[in-house]
Amino acid sequence: MTINQLSIFIENKEGKLADLTSTLAKENIDIRAMSVADTQDFGILRLIVSDTDRAIAALKETGCIVSVTQVLAISISDTPGSLSTVLRILSDNHISVEYVYAFITRRQEGAYVVFRVADNQAAAELLTKHGVKLATKDDIDAL
Amino acid sequence: MFFQKDIETMPRKELESLQLERLKRMVDYCYNNVPFYHKRLSEAGVTGDKIKCLSDIQYIPFTTKADIRDNYPFGLFAVPQKKIVRIHASSGTTGKPTVVGYTRNDINNWSDCVARLCMAVGVTDEDVAQISFGYGLFTGALGLHYGLEKIGCAVIPISSGNTQKQAMILKDFGSTVLVSTPSYAMYMSEVAHEMGITNDDIKLRIGLFGSEGCTNELRDLIEKGFGLFSTDNYGMSELMGPGVSGECEFRDGLHFAEDHFLPEIIDPQTCQPLPAGENGELVITTLTKEGIPMLRYRTKDISRLNYEPCACGRTHARMDKVKGRSDDMLKIRGVNVFPSQIESVLTNIEGISPHYQLVLTRRNYTDYLEVKIELIDATLLENYAGLESLRQSAVSKLRTVLGIDAKVTLVSPRSLERYEGKAKRIVDMRNQEV
Repeated sequence: MTINQLSIFIENKEGKLADLTSTLAKENIDIRAMSVADTQDFGILRLIVSDTDRAIAALKETGCIVSVTQVLAISISDTPGSLSTVLRILSDNHISVEYVYAFITRRQEGAYVVFRVADNQAAAELLTKHGVKLATKDDIDAL
Repeated sequence: MFFQKDIETMPRKELESLQLERLKRMVDYCYNNVPFYHKRLSEAGVTGDKIKCLSDIQYIPFTTKADIRDNYPFGLFAVPQKKIVRIHASSGTTGKPTVVGYTRNDINNWSDCVARLCMAVGVTDEDVAQISFGYGLFTGALGLHYGLEKIGCAVIPISSGNTQKQAMILKDFGSTVLVSTPSYAMYMSEVAHEMGITNDDIKLRIGLFGSEGCTNELRDLIEKGFGLFSTDNYGMSELMGPGVSGECEFRDGLHFAEDHFLPEIIDPQTCQPLPAGENGELVITTLTKEGIPMLRYRTKDISRLNYEPCACGRTHARMDKVKGRSDDMLKIRGVNVFPSQIESVLTNIEGISPHYQLVLTRRNYTDYLEVKIELIDATLLENYAGLESLRQSAVSKLRTVLGIDAKVTLVSPRSLERYEGKAKRIVDMRNQEV
């Protein structure tokens, strides 16, 4: 139901993001989705990668501080209004979204949206009930 | 445990009369053997027989680090070269090093003083002591070395550096006593644990830390990290080296070796003596030193004296842990700030490592303090709120203690420099206005 997302502390300094992504490149790890938010001094980088365990090991090796979060990913059609529909369902049921990011893929018509909510279980049941398709780890791996 | 119980528990009155007798002798000794003191004492009109009581010490002129430097290298020595058996020097952050010499008696007294503070925390001849102070001109390593050997410890003179090897030897040689700076002990425990060495693998039971200040909070962290009990000791090469004072097992102040050193507290601005119990600059007179005697040496260290007898039975006065140095004291926007205050605040915050760096800058004639701390708690990465509240709590705790606003910056774990000797945590760039 949920997929693994990495949260990585990253100092807001020249070259830090380049260093970090090259660590993953060296391990031949593919980045499926990515979101970075920053403050003046630091940022939290959120990644969904092809091999979570190896990515953690490689990043920790370089002294990174990493945590793994279970997030929900849904697949929606890449058409105007489809994200809004899903968000409306959540908001009508008082489920607040801590952060969200989306990505489209080459192979399918649809887009994927990653959500971080407090209660994955409740959100997943609610969305399924409304016919929203949840992406599994296999779906993401197959991208 | 005592090394020289008769002396260490000597009734106060007896101790003071011993000090008076030695002080009179020391004044004459300096007058007769060191041209610098001859001139200073003549100008002040002080001779040994003019000293009637201990408080008459206030008529003796002060000696400063600059005086030692001005007489570089051997100008303040009171004995001919053939009587000197050892020469040490302290690193000159400004210009030439300050050079000190020891006679055979000096070395002997020095190792007695060190042996006292080691036995006061329970070191015995069964112990194996790993000395991770840097050997060389610096007095720390050889000072502890001689004192520990005098007790009968097996001394491992590993010196500082090569931290992985330090951890290996700690484990393989079964070291029971660690001698180092507190910041190096902290780092060593991190490295040892990274190497998979647990506290069950090592036999450390006592830490003898010194050569830089250590807050109780940092001490607790090191003790937890290594599973040991530690004491703080104090000294400086100008006076002798480590062993001028040291904590006993009660850790309620550092006992002076008062038969060898006479401490005073003065107001660093007015230079007037302050009554017992007041905070001020520590001034120390050597009472037995032959090689390079010091009259009223201004240590620049801020502390306080306590003459109450201690629960351990020692009668020698105790000093508080050094609060800071009157010349290291940071003046930020006119507020006096001691790095030790900042350290106390930071070591009480969860989720960060005990390593930190202070960066001072000046913009538009205003000072800015930035405190860099290392994030170690990965669970805080869940959301910004967690990280932001960590940062905010550091800001507000610092504001409470210091009375000024600091910028707190979170940095990656292990990105701040680690130190094998004295930590240099302050980067003062205020002279490079940006």
